[in-house]
Amino acid sequence: MKETMIIAGFGGQGVLSMGKILAYSAIMQDFEVTWMPSYGPEMRGGTANVTVIVSDKKISSPIANQYDTVIVLNQQSMDKFESKVRPGGVLIYDTNGIVTPPTRTDIEIYTIDATEESARMGQAKMFNTMILGGYLKIKPIVKLENVMAGLKKSLPERAWKFLPQNEAAILHGAEIIKRRQLSTTVFPPPMWLGLVE
Amino acid sequence: MAEVEIREENKVHARPRLITDTVMHYCPGCSHGTVHNLIAEVIDEMGLEDKAVGISPVGCAVFAYNYIDVDWVEAAHGRACAVATAVKRLHPNNMVFTYQGDGDLTAIGAGETIHAAARGENIVTIFINNSIYGMTGGQMSPTTLLGMRTATTPAGRDAALNGFPYKIMDMLTHLDGATYLTRQSVHTPAAVRKCKKAISKAFENAMAGNGYSMVEVVASCNSGWKLSPVEANRWMEENVMPNYVMGDVKCSTLPK
Amino acid sequence: MAEKDVRLMKGNEVIAHAAVHCGCDGYFGYPITPQSEVMETLMELRPWESTGMVVLQAESEIASINMVYGGAATGKKIMTSSSSPGVSLMSEGLSYIAACELPCLVVNCQRGGPGLGTIQPSQGDYMQACKGGGHGDYHLIVLAPSSVQEMYDFVGLSFDIAFKHRNPVMLLADGAIGQMMEKVVFSEQKPRLTDEEVAEQQKAWAATGKGQRGKSNVVTSLYLNPEELEGLNNRLQEKYNRIKAEEARWEEFMCDDAEYVLVAFGSSARICSAVVEQAREEGIKLGLMRPITLWPFPEKPLADMAARGVKGFMSVEMNAGQMVEDVRLAVEGKAAVEHYGRTGGVIFTPDEVLEALKNNLIK
Repeated sequence: MKETMIIAGFGGQGVLSMGKILAYSAIMQDFEVTWMPSYGPEMRGGTANVTVIVSDKKISSPIANQYDTVIVLNQQSMDKFESKVRPGGVLIYDTNGIVTPPTRTDIEIYTIDATEESARMGQAKMFNTMILGGYLKIKPIVKLENVMAGLKKSLPERAWKFLPQNEAAILHGAEIIKRRQLSTTVFPPPMWLGLVE
Repeated sequence: MAEVEIREENKVHARPRLITDTVMHYCPGCSHGTVHNLIAEVIDEMGLEDKAVGISPVGCAVFAYNYIDVDWVEAAHGRACAVATAVKRLHPNNMVFTYQGDGDLTAIGAGETIHAAARGENIVTIFINNSIYGMTGGQMSPTTLLGMRTATTPAGRDAALNGFPYKIMDMLTHLDGATYLTRQSVHTPAAVRKCKKAISKAFENAMAGNGYSMVEVVASCNSGWKLSPVEANRWMEENVMPNYVMGDVKCSTLPK
Repeated sequence: MAEKDVRLMKGNEVIAHAAVHCGCDGYFGYPITPQSEVMETLMELRPWESTGMVVLQAESEIASINMVYGGAATGKKIMTSSSSPGVSLMSEGLSYIAACELPCLVVNCQRGGPGLGTIQPSQGDYMQACKGGGHGDYHLIVLAPSSVQEMYDFVGLSFDIAFKHRNPVMLLADGAIGQMMEKVVFSEQKPRLTDEEVAEQQKAWAATGKGQRGKSNVVTSLYLNPEELEGLNNRLQEKYNRIKAEEARWEEFMCDDAEYVLVAFGSSARICSAVVEQAREEGIKLGLMRPITLWPFPEKPLADMAARGVKGFMSVEMNAGQMVEDVRLAVEGKAAVEHYGRTGGVIFTPDEVLEALKNNLIK
């Protein structure tokens, strides 16, 4: 088993910590893992991304040619990473803020309205765990119990009281992620924008 | 010259026990030898021989380690206070002092000096201020007086061209970590006695863990100034000393 | 064990943990991206309360390295860490430390240059680390970790080598390894030596205060008599030859039947091991030689490979071609030697390297 994935969005969206939770979850299941962030000024307000590789063997390169899964959380990241999904791979994105949706037809595309859902539930901070839940529905590489153990390990003790909310968000994310219908890709961008809004 | 036997009751000065046999390279009339003697005496009298670690500079006193028989580390130019910081923090029971001239301390080493003082490192700096780079042949230093001729100010230091001199000790008075700052000289027997007391007090201050101490010795450099030793001392009294407040500049304890 | 003691950490963070665990006595540093987590982690760990290790944030890299010099002059285990521009500032101090034959550890988590450059990863300081940086005929012993676990393991190893030869050691990492998180296994806590043990073990040279020693120790690199300074240099060169004979370390990956060999260190070596896997799938007999010590450079394995008929070598570095010169010297014209690199903080992908190999070497 080897899963090479990247999560990309704005700094402050919890991109790096989402990757961290996944990485911790994976080591709870005895996998090898690398977590390679973009770092520096781009972390503050600009774009941020993290490559996470999970494998049952020793990981050679922490840098990938292409990704099995790409999770995109803003338009800039969509522009940059849509082409980096390997043929047959998975692209997951939050529709919020995406004005030019992906056009590739050789990959599986999923949407998850986590921004909207987490805001509606009054739990905007659960946004990233909700996305993670959606991802794990599509790529169940780690068991939920290990995700919870990984989450606990990646959070400071003072934040453990939020573990139940996080678990709920993960489960909810798994429910709301949906496969995007191919037909939608033929809409030109302005019209698509009108539809989601 | 035949050996002259000096009767004990006539003896006013002997070579301090911790001054080695090595022949000093300092010019006749230089203040360094006198200050070395004082340091050696104070270390001996305070029983610090086993605990003393000196940090020597780059400058005329670079070979201080050949003359005072304690452990020494020879620092890169200007970095003595950084070196001393580490030695003292790793060996808090040692008595750690730097010995630096005005080029080493106020020019290239101003940063290290100010930060060691600001942090309140429990070290002592013996600062020999003779207003000139002696070792490299008499160039202007930051403490060279306006109008003073040096190898790089042949027409005299001109503020417009060479900038103004500055007094680092006066700057250090504003730092909480600097608790004992005193300005001395060694050009008369009385001044030598006062200077020795000041060095002693500074070493006590460091050993008590009361922060940073500096003993500035306003000194002459007759070779660099192109004067005889006697003329140099007179010139110093008339021209240098009026520019400086002599005696203790600051005596305090570390803020709680 | 109820809960497994697995840790997921950044390379920079494990440097701090390793320092404490191996009984380091002092860390003096100055913040610079991408290695600031080293000192931040130490300040979180508060080792002065556990092992008695001194940690101090200095006012500059110049002060840091001179604090390292002072601390090392007292015979203790001292280290600093920085990134490329900061290491440039330390070069003078490193020359003094090497001249005084003081053991210490300097971690360089490299970033792209020249100048202020970038904070993104680079391997542009190979020459600086291996060929000098500072003035005079001296050498650092340079180790290049390629995983977070090696970042951890090499700290203790570096101190062992540094004290064995009384020579400064540099851990040449880069921003990628420093910022990357991987699994890491910690070693047991080694006790710090007591002041008495240090004074006794290093009594021949360390400036710990005369104590019971009876004679004073002076740490200096000033020799105004040319013959004396030449004597020091001859002694240093003898030591460097000994280090060359004893300390060269490397790792080979699928080199036994290789027709072509990539030479890469640090994070580049990780990428290149994936290139080897990809090439083998395509039927190309490719191997990887990873120097673990960059100085001394492991010349022998490369010379042996060239002698047994490897057709070509490609030195893959995140720079414009630095280690490739050492590869050429080792191969001595017996096989083709090419370089592939990216600069400016750009990290190459395995595909890119394989493509370059095909274009440059396998024609």
